[in-house]
Formats: sequence, structure tokens, C-alpha cells
Amino acid sequence: MNFEAFRKIENSVFYALLGVFGLIAAAGMGAAYYMESHGHVVTGMTNQIVWGMPHVFAIFLIVAASGVLNLASLGSVFGIKVYKVRGMLSGLLAIAMLAGGLTVLMLDLGRNDRLIVAMTHLNLTSVFALNVFLYTGFFSIVAVYIWTMMDRKMHDYSKYVGFAAFIWRLALTTGTGAIFAFLVARQAYGTALLPPMFIIMSFSFGLAVFLLVQTAMYRWNNRQLDPTIQRRLKNLLAVFVAAVLYFTLVYHMTNLYFAKQSAFERFILLDGGIYTTLFWVGQILLGSLLPLAILFHPEMGKKCNWVIVASLLVIFGGFAQLYVLLIGGQAFPLSIFPGYEVSSSFFDGRINPYSPSLPEFLLGFGGIAVAALITTVAVRVLPFLPDDSVLHGETAGE
Amino acid sequence: MSNPAKRRSVLGWLGAALAAVLLAGALPAGAHDEHGDHKVIAKGDKCVEDAAYMRRNHMKLLKHQRDETMHKGIRTTQYSLKNCIECHANPKTGSVASSKEDFCMGCHTYAAVKLDCFECHSTKPKAAGGTLHPIVAPSVQPEGTDKQSSLSGKMRWQMQANLASLNGGEGVK
Amino acid sequence: MSKMDNSRRLFIGAGAAATAGLVIAPGVTLLDLAHARPADEAASSAKRWGMLIDSSKCATGCNDCVAACGKENGVASTGHPETDPQWIRKVELKEIKTGTSHSLPMMCQHCAEPPCVDVCPTGASFKRADGIVLVDRHICIGCRYCMMACPYKARSFVHEEHEDQNPDVPRGKGCVESCTLCVHRIDRDQQPACVESCKEGAMLFGDLNDPNSEISKRIATYATTQVRADLGLNTGVRYQGI
Repeated sequence: MNFEAFRKIENSVFYALLGVFGLIAAAGMGAAYYMESHGHVVTGMTNQIVWGMPHVFAIFLIVAASGVLNLASLGSVFGIKVYKVRGMLSGLLAIAMLAGGLTVLMLDLGRNDRLIVAMTHLNLTSVFALNVFLYTGFFSIVAVYIWTMMDRKMHDYSKYVGFAAFIWRLALTTGTGAIFAFLVARQAYGTALLPPMFIIMSFSFGLAVFLLVQTAMYRWNNRQLDPTIQRRLKNLLAVFVAAVLYFTLVYHMTNLYFAKQSAFERFILLDGGIYTTLFWVGQILLGSLLPLAILFHPEMGKKCNWVIVASLLVIFGGFAQLYVLLIGGQAFPLSIFPGYEVSSSFFDGRINPYSPSLPEFLLGFGGIAVAALITTVAVRVLPFLPDDSVLHGETAGE
Repeated sequence: MSNPAKRRSVLGWLGAALAAVLLAGALPAGAHDEHGDHKVIAKGDKCVEDAAYMRRNHMKLLKHQRDETMHKGIRTTQYSLKNCIECHANPKTGSVASSKEDFCMGCHTYAAVKLDCFECHSTKPKAAGGTLHPIVAPSVQPEGTDKQSSLSGKMRWQMQANLASLNGGEGVK
Repeated sequence: MSKMDNSRRLFIGAGAAATAGLVIAPGVTLLDLAHARPADEAASSAKRWGMLIDSSKCATGCNDCVAACGKENGVASTGHPETDPQWIRKVELKEIKTGTSHSLPMMCQHCAEPPCVDVCPTGASFKRADGIVLVDRHICIGCRYCMMACPYKARSFVHEEHEDQNPDVPRGKGCVESCTLCVHRIDRDQQPACVESCKEGAMLFGDLNDPNSEISKRIATYATTQVRADLGLNTGVRYQGI
């Protein structure tokens, strides 16, 4: 590979990005400090809605982090060259987004000063504790993976490390999905469908994020993406979006067939207010059908700008989907006494309201900014920008 | 917020904690005595161990006791936090950590070590009446109940003590 | 000789029943609580503490157990009902078809297979040898995963700073908490505050492992229910009358 051919991000753009992301990250840290010193009473989270907006952001980032690594896997594991040159950027984004997501998750803890306790006391029956291993392992494997892709002497190992990273990322997303899949208490969770669904969601969100970052980097370097590569990537995104749609369909069909779940399905699909709107308009219409239409449209699908719009819509749909799953799943009351109408001073039997507060949003965006900061700095100091010139001379593609 | 420790900045804490660790290592135990004005002892004339030992090891004893009580339900009083508070609560404030004059906070402020116990634990002895926690009688021997327990118990204690000292201020939790 | 033994046993049995009957009056200790565990002895799995709640004796509108719990454990309202912790709450049930109503107190069910313990990343959520499910606040990081996992909504997160705790019941901001079955009282041979406060005698506390305890006998005699029995969690708190 010709390293000189890699370009770096421009000076002015670099400092502007650093400033903007730095400010957002600082605001996020400030929000975390505010939440920590006043207690979670200043957030919208309650004893009913236990996990809120920070968790939507954190889980999006963690899921997308593992998905963005797919580009590298397609290159190394399946030997497709177009993806191989994108492997390093994909690895970098994976590390950056996981770091961002974990920052949010960690800063939301009630006792985030006890991080050392979380690292030293591990209860191995807990999916969370298992994820501590999966997350730290992911960082190390992907770091080594990037090394094998960058260092010519290490190229021979790239395929094997890439394979390990591929397996690891599947395990990691399974672990993230299992956080919910293993919860027997709430009707929205407790199904083995969630881990595979999270994996396919990661494919879709990850690729959408990758397309955004890649386009931005090309723009700032005044370069054009090869139309054939563009076509392949957008088709891939469309396939992933359709697959998420399929899993969503199966998830709700399963629930609809179980009589005991029908009240919950009614809540999400028909009269859940914000959750119903976010599901039908957010996830299905804007997040899935519209991007599919754009990507498969004979004219629009070829235009770079429209692919960006589609990617943004997919990301928005992803947030909507996670919001419905996480918050909607908690808003619907626990079925403690089936067959009874329940009421109590602790909001039993009632739909739980939730209005996310500003600090929660700031913390979430702070996590995205942390991921963006890591990416910006790394792209500045090391050659991460995909360079398709190495492909010319050979036939671009398989 | 009556707890002054909470207002200290993290940087100050780090720097001071380092200084305190260095000091504790470098100075002989007796050197601490010049700060005797922090000593508030309301009841009894003798601690459960001698003062020099307690200065260095109270956090280990407390940490060991907290796990014994929490997880096994062992409620011996000798090394329990409640027992400390029983004797050391300041007669003026009724507390061990409500001001810098009080026993725990006085020394922890001086040594600049973060004190986490009282985020959850009461700083005051239980109101008179329902108490089942006798103050330490002068006749209590330095050999505590722990020494009478099993070998494995002693080893566990030792291990936790080592861990606590490795963790620095962590042991106070 | 054997006859005499028998009659003596009968006599003791009757005495035990009489004493157990007296437990309805507040403050009277159950017979099976009379064997004090020394302070330096660890709780053992020979016992399994449990509770039997008779909802037919529990009156709608009566809040004595909730008030007693709040007083004992220092759990008070701060004016933010959504974020205020509730260790025990009165639940009003109405059968959808028949309209039959029940009232009962709901708290941590002290499961033998507690989901909160399985999911806790640090092991802060744990089950003591005698079956009491607790949170070790020294290692709780406040992730609230246990609250997501509990099918009974028994756990609360402390959203605000607290002062003036009961010295026996430490609690503070940033950790998760729930009913401890008044473990500090059990360890000194007292009954949970809620049980003691119930004038109707709707709550019975005792050792589920001891076949001669009043609670075991009642469970052996009457039809009792575990809430969400379908989950197979083997709860320590049982109900009668629903």
C-alpha cells in the first residue's frame, strides 16, 4: 500500500472540528457533573423510567461501534478489496464510538466515582460484567487489527486478527442485546430475538455512520468517491435496513401472537402516544421506508447527497427504534398481577411518563462528541482516509 | 450539604492524597500527635486498639467489619462504625463529621483524604433509648474478636487489609 | 414413658401455638424467633426468612405497614413521588371480570432465585445465607440494572441526597435500595417493622425452613400464592387470599 497516497485532514478544518466537538464534549461532562452532584433528581429519569436518554445514546453508540467494524471484516475476512482500504477507518470509528458510548454509560452511573469497584468486583452471572470483558477485549483486538492493517510487516496477520475481531464484534453485540434479552420482568424484553436483532441493527447503523464520516472526509480533502464503490455501499445499506425491518416485523408478530403480550403491543403500535408516533413515523417511515426508497431510486440512489440523506434518516430511525424499545418498554407497566386492575402510590398499573431533561441530552451528545474527537485527532495523525487509488490498476471490486 | 469534604475539588484531593500517603510513610507515628486538637473523645478512656494502631489501620478494620456485617450478618460491635461514632461523636455537634471540629472530619480534612462513609451512614449515634450498642469498656483487650476467629478468617482479613492499603482512600468506603 | 413424652410434646405444641397466636399483638416475639443468634455468628442457610401476608385481613386505606417501614428505615417522601424510593407500598387490586377487590402490601419478595442478583455487575445485589436479598451499598455503582430486572418493581434508586439516616439503616444518593426485611431487627431477634405494626395480624414473619414455625404450618395448611409464580423465582414473601 502506498502510504503517501493517504491524505490527512486539512489544518483549518481540523481546528474547527476540534473546537466544536471539544465544546460539545465539555458541555456533556458539565452535564454529568451536574447530575452527579445533585443526584438523578435533576434528570427526567425516575424509579419508573429507570434508564433514560443517556442509555439510548450509549446503546446506539455501542451498537453502531460494532457495526461500523463490518467494513473492515468484509475486507479482511471475506477478502473484498474495496472494503479492505476502508478497514482502518472502520476500525478507528469502532474504537471511537465504543469509547463515546461507554463514556455516556459510565457517567450516568449513580456512583460513577466507583468505576474502580465496577472493574474489580465482577459478578460473572451478570451480562453487564461479561460486557466489561467484551468491551475491553474489543478495544485491544481492534487496536491490534488496525496495527496489522497499517504496518506492512504485519499485513500477513491481518486476516487472522480480522477474523478474531469479526467473531468478537458478534459476541459484543450479542452481549449488548442480551442486556435486554435476559430480562424476564418486562414485556418488551426477555426474548432471544433481541441479540440477533441488535446485530443486524449494528450492521445498518454502523454502515450509515461510516458513510457519513467517509463523505465528510472526502469533501474536506476535495476528493470524489468512485461511483461504483458508492453504489456498492448504498446497496449494502439498503439490504441492512430491510433486514432490520424484517426483524422488527418478526418481533412484533411474535408478541401479537401471545395473548398476554397483546396489551403491550397495543400500547406500542396503537395508543402509546409518543412511542406509537416514534415507531410508525420515526422508525418505520422516516428510518426505514424513506431511506429504502431513496437508495433504490434509479436517480437519487446514484447521488452522493441523497445517500447522505438516507444515512442520516437511518441514524434517526435507529435512535427512534432504541427509544421505543428502551423507554417505551419501561413506560408500559409491569404485569405483576395478571388479570387484575392495579393501582398504588408507586404508579403500579399506570403508563409511566418520561420527559428527558437537558442534561441527559447534553450527556448523550457529549458521548457522540467524544467519539468524534477521537476520530478527528486520529485521522489527523495517522493515515486513516480510504485511498481507492491503490485499487486502480487492479480491477476495482472483488 | 453539611459535609465540607464534598465541596473539595478533585485536583486538590489527588494532590493532597499523594502528600498524605508520603507523609504517612515518612513520619514516625508520634509525629501526628501535634495535631491532637482533632481528637474528640466523648466517652470511655480507651479505644478498641491503641491510638497509633487505629490511626494507621482504622480503615482496614472498618472495611473488614463492613463486609462481615453486610454479607454475613455478623454484628459484633468492637470494630463497627456505629461503635466508633458512639464514643467519638462531638458533644457540641453530636456528630463525627458535621464540621471540621468533629472527630472523623477533623483528621480527614487535615490529611485531605476523601471520606465516603457518611454519604450513607449516619454521623450521629443512635438516639438514646433503643440502643443495643454498648460503649467500649476500659477493660476491653486489644486482642479483638477477629483474633479468635478461624485461620481462614484471619487470612481473609489480612488480604483485605492489603487490598485496602493498595487502594488508598478506597478502603474507607 | 412414651406416653408421657407424647403428652409433653403435645403440651409444648399447644404452648407454641398459643404463643404464636399472641404474635398478632404488636411487639410480641414469635416462639421460633426465640433462639438468638450470637452477634459473632454468621447468618446460616439453615433458616430462610419469609413472610405470609393475608390479603383478606388487609384493609383498603390502611397504611400502617408503610408508615412503620418509613419510620424504621428513614424512607420519607421528599415531595417528588416519581423519584421517591418506596420500600413497601399498598397495592389495590380489582379483578377485571368480577370486580372483586383486594388490598395488600407489596415489597421485595426475597426470591430464592433473585433476578436482581443475577444481573448485578458488581455483586452488590446479593442474597444472604438466610434468604434475605440485600444491596451492598459499598459496591453498588448505581447502574439500576437490578431495577430493570425485578418483576415486582421492588427496587428504588436514591435520586437525592439524604441526611439524618437511622444509624441502623445507612442509605444515600446514587445507590439502589429495597426492603431489607428489616435485617438489622432480625439480627437482634425482632420482627420486621411492618409486621409489628400490622394491627390486623395480616402479616406473619418466620422461618420457612422450620416445619414447626407458624408460617410453615400456615403455608402447609392453606392455599398460598407466590406473586408471578410463573417465573419460578421461589419468593420468600407469600400471599393468602388472592
